Amino acid sequence: MIIEKKLLKQDSVEKLFAKLKADGRRILAPKAQGDEIFFEQVASASEMAKDYIQTTLSPKGAVFPRVEALFRYQMEGKDVKIENNSEPQPTVIFGLRPCDAASFAILNSVFSWDYQDSQFKSRLAQTAAITVSCSRADEYCFCTSVGGSPGDTKGSDILLTRIGSGDYLAEILTEKGKAMVTLAPELFAEAPSEDKEKYLAKVPVKFDLKKLTEKLPEAFNNNELWMEQSLRCLGCGACAFVCPACVCFDIQDESKRESGVRLRCWDSCGFSLFTAHTSGHNPRPVQSQRWRQRVMHKFSYFNDRQKYLGCVGCGRCSRKCPADMNLLEHLKAIAEAR
Amino acid sequence: MEELRKKARELLTSGAVKVIIGYGPGSGKRVRAVFVRKPEQADLLICDDRCLQNLAVYLTKPEVKALGKAAVVARLPTLRAILQLAAENQLTDGQVVALGISPEGKMTELSQFKAIEEFLAGFSFELSAEEKATLEKLDQMTPEQRWQFWQEQFAKCVRCYGCRASCPLCYCEKCLAECNQPQWIPAASHQIGNLDWHIIRAMHLANRCVNCGDCSRACPVGIPLHLLNQKLAEEVFKQFGARSGMKAAQEYALCNWKLEDRENFIK
Amino acid sequence: MSEPNIYQPFLMRIDKITEEAPLVKTFKLVFVNDEEGKKFQFKAGQFGEYSVFGEGECTLCIASPPTRPGYIECTFRQAGRVTGALAGKEEGEIIGFRGPYGNTFPLEQWQGKNLLFIAGGIALPPLRCVIWNALDLRDRFKEITVIYGARSVADLVYKQELEEWAKRGDLKILTTVDPGGETPDWKGEIGFVPAVLEKADPICENTVALVCGPPIMIKLTLPVLAKLGFSPENTFTTLENRMKCGIGKCGHCMVGKYFVCKDGPVFTLAQLNQLPPEY
Repeated sequence: MIIEKKLLKQDSVEKLFAKLKADGRRILAPKAQGDEIFFEQVASASEMAKDYIQTTLSPKGAVFPRVEALFRYQMEGKDVKIENNSEPQPTVIFGLRPCDAASFAILNSVFSWDYQDSQFKSRLAQTAAITVSCSRADEYCFCTSVGGSPGDTKGSDILLTRIGSGDYLAEILTEKGKAMVTLAPELFAEAPSEDKEKYLAKVPVKFDLKKLTEKLPEAFNNNELWMEQSLRCLGCGACAFVCPACVCFDIQDESKRESGVRLRCWDSCGFSLFTAHTSGHNPRPVQSQRWRQRVMHKFSYFNDRQKYLGCVGCGRCSRKCPADMNLLEHLKAIAEAR
Repeated sequence: MEELRKKARELLTSGAVKVIIGYGPGSGKRVRAVFVRKPEQADLLICDDRCLQNLAVYLTKPEVKALGKAAVVARLPTLRAILQLAAENQLTDGQVVALGISPEGKMTELSQFKAIEEFLAGFSFELSAEEKATLEKLDQMTPEQRWQFWQEQFAKCVRCYGCRASCPLCYCEKCLAECNQPQWIPAASHQIGNLDWHIIRAMHLANRCVNCGDCSRACPVGIPLHLLNQKLAEEVFKQFGARSGMKAAQEYALCNWKLEDRENFIK
Repeated sequence: MSEPNIYQPFLMRIDKITEEAPLVKTFKLVFVNDEEGKKFQFKAGQFGEYSVFGEGECTLCIASPPTRPGYIECTFRQAGRVTGALAGKEEGEIIGFRGPYGNTFPLEQWQGKNLLFIAGGIALPPLRCVIWNALDLRDRFKEITVIYGARSVADLVYKQELEEWAKRGDLKILTTVDPGGETPDWKGEIGFVPAVLEKADPICENTVALVCGPPIMIKLTLPVLAKLGFSPENTFTTLENRMKCGIGKCGHCMVGKYFVCKDGPVFTLAQLNQLPPEY
């Protein structure tokens, strides 16, 4: 659903940033730190990383920070006062990839089914995504196998595609996108009659999603499969924490004398203590069960309950796994198993 | 490499071991840990300069232990990790066969801790010139600059515990980080939580770290954690003349008191 | 923010503390804010997240019946960080409570039926809620039988109520302690819950069985119930997976695609038989 197409000159990005900031918005954009790239608040477009396939961490933190206060409290004698958070600052995420943009709907499906998580929802409502489509991909990318594509518009407010001139073809996709254009209409010129497709990376479909989702319920009991796949898994949380769609969390209290805060922190089903009871009983005592949970949750349970897949095919988990657990390879193996 | 594959086949065929923990083909140009259980799979094994992961980390994992007696493809840090695990009563002599790989790529079968000790005695474990230069650069910073450097590094930490999971010496079933009575280390990945975690982990690894570098390689956000451990290893060596992972029965420098120690606070 | 904060607890004042057994206490909690208390409603089987500010939250059932509004009770054994902190609280102090969460025992569907309660140790609280609920609406149900066992006499919780129930005459109660756990004046049964159940030989026709207890007790009790003719559809229990949010988001309590906090904690044995064994 494209509202309109425009041309954004490459040197207009800086001007657009200035207009967005003048409007009171915080801009998060990819910034290099050593070999890694993180979404960070930037003052100028010149701070942005130039060339990257994918950022180290996803932009998930903009709407679901790795640590956030759920509320603060103050003890006053025997009484307790609770203070809720104020409204989040309007934020523009610039330079995220289409797969990342698609992940917001997945996160939202958890935070707004049944009980409504107002904190997440207001962060999401205050966030706009100016996505840049992918001109390059690597062997870990598999967006096209899970319903996305390098130029997919899902979840973006504006999608930019770099065309031959170095300028951006801008697809204005939502009311939020339109509102940003309205801040600086002079920067958005008439779009050339160019097809964005030829500038997009080629990401071949690598497995049959339908086959995979059909096979998973049965594969659950194939202990040997999960054991063989996960023998080298070290049980850290790197995959979950770089994932744009992983949403599991922990709740922790921290206090200083009479005041304190209840925090929400990212958590991972790969940790052995994720399910451990105080009694010592653990429903998932071994790593193969935890690996199975990760795969089943993303590709089967999520599908059933939230009507979304829990994966956008960004490939971060596999790029960053210290033990080279390659999700794509393992999904293919399950989908193709007889 | 052929030598390694041949040895692996032999060990599996004779039943001397049930599994060879080695390196095999991984994603793209990467290698990954493989668990070879059949002689005909021995050809999977790779041994080249991409093979850096310290495979000793798998020796204490219950799932891997359940496979039976293991032989492990062991570069120098892996051999040191085996001895350190032995010194900490995590491995017993004869429980594991090390297929020691020299820096030149030559394989030696080492089935006893004694053999590993003798093998390691032939190498120097001084830091390389490059490693020394990096540490020196940190040393030359003012305390404020160094604080700033580490604050910036730790700010990236998401508390995935990849450093802990990849470390062969982090075998505790329940880590101090997960102890909540009391909560020694804040679980949240904020400034103080991250600082506490990395400092405490570094302290717990002083005179135990074998300088494999896996903590830094595992870190998804690129924190050079090995520098903390290297620095502490150098300090311990300077103060006590002790290096970790050189003997299967060695005393832990930070836990032992001897009459001839320079400090006199206890006399 | 336009919508309320779902993680913000009600403030509850500890009205009364009862020492039940070694390390086991019951708190009677009243709402600090009367308006919240008046609006608060729940059903038997539901649970909540109880919090000590600065220490965190723990998941416990509501142990008092919905037929007695104005307060709730929770019974807990001091085990972890939060229950340890709860145990240190005194009457008059304030703690947090979020809830009620989860599904319920379908009491409306049980009108005219016999109810058989089987509990072990510290797992009586979730059933105590249902027992009082049923007793408060006594004419809606037929026979009510309670079989409750603990390791020793000291470990039995709700001792006063057990006596009270025994005197009532409108329910049958069998209390038992493990061999060696009896005191010289113990008048109840001696033996494990499954054996006492088998001896009691309750009729299965028109009866629902509710079982709560440690995993080993449940494991050994279920075959006895089956032998006595109870169908999986008429056998109910509650699951107690680790939880953080209690509202179907944090992922901790998942068993297969089910959230124990949303789809449970009450399950029939028939439902459990369909679940992966991750509880």
